[in-house]
Amino acid sequence: MTLDTLKPGSTCLVKKLTAEDQLGQRLMDMGVYPGLRLTVVRNAPLEDPMELELGGAYLSVRHEEAKFVEVEG
Amino acid sequence: MGREKTLVALAGQPNTGKSTVFNAITGASQHVANYPGVTVEKMTGSYRYDGAKVEVVDLPGTYSLTSYSLEERVSRDFLLHEEPSVVVNVADASNLKRNLYLTFQLLEMQVPLVLDLNMMDVAKRRGIEIDVKELEKQLGTTVVPTAIRNGTGKKELLKSIHAVSLSERPSEPFRIDYGPLESFLTEIEGELSGNGALWANYPPRWLTVKLMEGDDEARRLVRKNHSNPELLLAFVEKKRQAFESEHAEKPERHVAFRRYHVADDITKASLKPKAASSQPLSDKADQFICNRFLGPLILVGVIYLLYYLSIVQGYNLTNYTWPLLAKLRSLTESILPNPGFIEEPLIRSLTLWFVDSINALLNYIPIFFILFGLIAILEDSGYMPRMAFMLDRLFNKFGLHGQSTLPMVLGGIYVGGCAVPAVMSCKGIPDERARFATILTIPMLNCLAKVPLYVLLINIYFVGHKGLAMFFISTITLLMVLPVAKILTRTVLKKKETSPFIMEMPPYHVPTIRGVLGRATERVWLFIRKIITIVAVIAIIIFVLLQFPGLSNERKAYYSTQKDLVTANFYKKIEGNPYAEHVQGKNLMALVIYWDKYKNAKMMAKGKDAAKAINERFKEENPIFFKIAQPKKDKDAKKLNRAFKKVFSARKKLLREIKKEKIDNSFLGQIGHAMEPYTKWAGFNWRINVSLLASFAAKESSVATLGALYEQEQEGESLETRMEKGEKGFTPLHALALMLFMALYPPCIATSIMVKIQTGKIRWMVFSMIFPIVLGIMVATLIFSGGNLLGLSGLQAMFAFYGLALAITIGMGFLKNE
Repeated sequence: MTLDTLKPGSTCLVKKLTAEDQLGQRLMDMGVYPGLRLTVVRNAPLEDPMELELGGAYLSVRHEEAKFVEVEG
Repeated sequence: MGREKTLVALAGQPNTGKSTVFNAITGASQHVANYPGVTVEKMTGSYRYDGAKVEVVDLPGTYSLTSYSLEERVSRDFLLHEEPSVVVNVADASNLKRNLYLTFQLLEMQVPLVLDLNMMDVAKRRGIEIDVKELEKQLGTTVVPTAIRNGTGKKELLKSIHAVSLSERPSEPFRIDYGPLESFLTEIEGELSGNGALWANYPPRWLTVKLMEGDDEARRLVRKNHSNPELLLAFVEKKRQAFESEHAEKPERHVAFRRYHVADDITKASLKPKAASSQPLSDKADQFICNRFLGPLILVGVIYLLYYLSIVQGYNLTNYTWPLLAKLRSLTESILPNPGFIEEPLIRSLTLWFVDSINALLNYIPIFFILFGLIAILEDSGYMPRMAFMLDRLFNKFGLHGQSTLPMVLGGIYVGGCAVPAVMSCKGIPDERARFATILTIPMLNCLAKVPLYVLLINIYFVGHKGLAMFFISTITLLMVLPVAKILTRTVLKKKETSPFIMEMPPYHVPTIRGVLGRATERVWLFIRKIITIVAVIAIIIFVLLQFPGLSNERKAYYSTQKDLVTANFYKKIEGNPYAEHVQGKNLMALVIYWDKYKNAKMMAKGKDAAKAINERFKEENPIFFKIAQPKKDKDAKKLNRAFKKVFSARKKLLREIKKEKIDNSFLGQIGHAMEPYTKWAGFNWRINVSLLASFAAKESSVATLGALYEQEQEGESLETRMEKGEKGFTPLHALALMLFMALYPPCIATSIMVKIQTGKIRWMVFSMIFPIVLGIMVATLIFSGGNLLGLSGLQAMFAFYGLALAITIGMGFLKNE
C-alpha cells in the first residue's frame, strides 16, 4: 500500500521509501522515515496536496510524491 | 583564543524563530547582501559584548545540510570555510526530535555549538518539559532554553555564546552510532587519514560520512584536495555498493534513519514524561482555514483585503504624500534658471524630467510600505503555506508552484498590482523551475501603471461596453500567464532543477508589530536604494533620446519669427496703456512667470483664507503685476489683462508645437517612424510606437507621451477627445491590439532589475524583456490583421480572443508536466 491512497483520518506506519535521490532525501530530511507512525490529516480543497501529521509536526505532500512512500495500516 | 572579532553564525530549521533570535540580538544594525555568486540572501548584523564587536550571520533556514539545495550548500560552505567562532543552532523546543536531526549534522562538522532551545513557551503550553542538563550531557554541548519572542533567555544566550567562543573545542566530539555502517566508515577513514590538506582542513568524521552518503560536494572536495582522488572515490563507491547489497538499503538512507533513531533515544532520555497531548490549536484552526468550502472563501477574502488595504487605501495615502513630492518639484523648479519665451534651458528641462521620473516611483512608497507590512504579517502568521497548500494543484498544472500564489496576487492577478514586490517575493519558491516561470510571467499581469492607458482607450473606443472591456483586460492576463508559464517550463526552463513540494505547515503565530514594521521598512529601503538609482540613469537616457537632435536652425528661426509676431501683436494692442511700460522687454517674461506661479498657487490653495494670504503675498511681491492679474475695476489693467491672456496662450501653443516637433524629430521619433512598416500589421503608427518606446522606463509614461503628441486645440480639452481627433482612422480593433500589447509589455526598469536580482543573471533579465515583446507583437498582429481579415468588430475580436485564450489554457492544463 502507498501513502497516496490513504483517506484523511487514517493512520499508518511507514515501511519503505521507494523514492530515489532528491525526493527520498527530502522526505527523510523533513522527518518521513521507515518506522514512523503518521496520520493523514486532510486533503487540500482541490484534493491535492495532502496534509500529514508526524509527531506534532505538519507536512504537506503532493499525491504524486506520496506514491513513493510504502506504508501499512 | 584572543581573536579580535567574534563571528557567530545562526543555523536552524525553518519555523524555529531563527530570524526573531537574529533580530533580538543584533537590533537595528542589519545588512542584507547576497552570498557570492548566488541569489541566496545573506543577512548580517552585529552587537557588542563586553566592549568587543560580535559579527552575526543568519544562515538560510534548512532542514538538513546535504548538497541538494542551494540554501543547504550555501550554509554548509559557510560553516566549512568561514570558520565561525560559534554556531548557534536555533531549535524549536516543542519539536525537539525533528530539530536534533540538523543539530547532529552540525555537531558532526565539529563546529563550536550552542543549542538554543527556542520557543520554550510553546513547548510548555503543550505540556512538554525538557531536562536541559540531561540534554547537555547527551550532546556534549551547551544548551540554552529561550523564548525570544517574549524576550526570555536573551541574556543567557549571549553569555553562552561568549563562553563557547573562548573555550577550547572538545577533544572527544559527539558521535552518532551508525550501527552496521560503522565498519565501512572506519575503512574509509583509514584510507583518508594521513592525506595532508584534506585531513587537516575538514572534519574527518564528517567527510567520511558524507562520502559514504555519496554527497557530490564531498566528492568535489576530495577531487580538489586529495593526492589520488579517483582511486579513493572508486574505493568509496565499492564500499557503498557493498553496504547496499548487504543491507538492502542505500547508505544515505541508513545515515538519515540512524540519526532519527538516535534523536528518538535522546529525546526519550531528556523529555520528562508529558501528559497526553491534545490536538494543537493550529490544527483546529486549519479545520476551518483549509476547509474544502470555507478555505477558498477565506483565501479570496484575504486576497481582497490585501488589495484593498495596500492598493486602494495605500493609493488614498498618496493623496497626502503627493503634495510633498510636488513641493519637492516646485522647490527644484525655483532654484533652476527661468524658462524663456519659447526656449527652455536644457538644465531646467533635464532636471525637471529627472525629478518627475523619480517622483513617479517615490509616489508608490506608501503602497509598498503597506504591501510589505501585510506580506510580513502573512509570512509571520503562518498563513502563507496554507495559501500554497490550497492552490498548489491549480498552479502545478501549469508548471508553477503553490507558493506562486502570493507573487501572482501582488503582481495584479486581477488588476492593479505591482511587479516589483511580486518578483521580490518569488524568493521563497523552493522549486527552481517554478520560481523562474513565476518570475518571468509576473510582469504580464496588470500592474497599476498599465491601467491609465486601458482607461484612456476604453473611454474612447469601447464607450458602450466599458465594464465588459475592463473585465476582459483584467482577466485575460491570467489566461495568458498560465499557458505561457507552461510553455516556458517545457522549453527554455526545461533544464532547471525542480524539487519536491513537501512543505512544513508551521503553527499559527500572532506576528509582532516590531517584526512586521521592521521588515516593511527594510524592504522599502532596499527598493529605494536598488531601484531609484538605476531608474534615474535610464530616465536620463530616455530624455536624451526624446530631446535630441532637436530642431533644425530653420525651424528655430521659424519659431523665433512666430514669437516676434505674437509679441509685436501684443504690444500693438496695448499701445498707450499706462501699464504698458511695465511689460516691456524682459518684464514680459517676468510677468509670464509671475502669472504661472500665481495661477498655480491659487489652484493649490484650499479655502478663502488661504486664497487671501496668497493674494497678499503676490501683491507684496509685485503690486503692478498683481493689478494686471486681478484688475478688479481698473479699466486699463483689465485691457492689459485680456491682451496678456492671449499672448500667454499663444506662447503655450507655440511651446506645444515645438515639443511635438522635437519628439517627431528625436531619435526615439525616428525609431518610431522606422518601425512603422512592421508595426502597422499590429495597428500601431509611429505615434503609438514612440509612446510605447518612451514607456520603457516606466509605463505611466505611455499616456503622458500621448498627451504630448496629440495637440490641444482648445483650452482644457481632454486627452480622450484629442486622441480621437488626432487618430481619425483608429477603430476599436486598433485599441484592442494596443491594450493587449500593453498587457504583455516587457517589465519596467525597476522590475527588470528585480528579475536580475532574483535570477542572478543578466541573461534572464534580457530574456524577460524580449519574449514579451515578441509575444505582444504576435498577439497584437493576430488581433488587428486577423480581425480585419475576418471582418470582426472590436467587441467580436475581444470575445474571439478570450475564447481562444481560455481554450489554450484549459488544453495546456491537461498536458502532463515533465
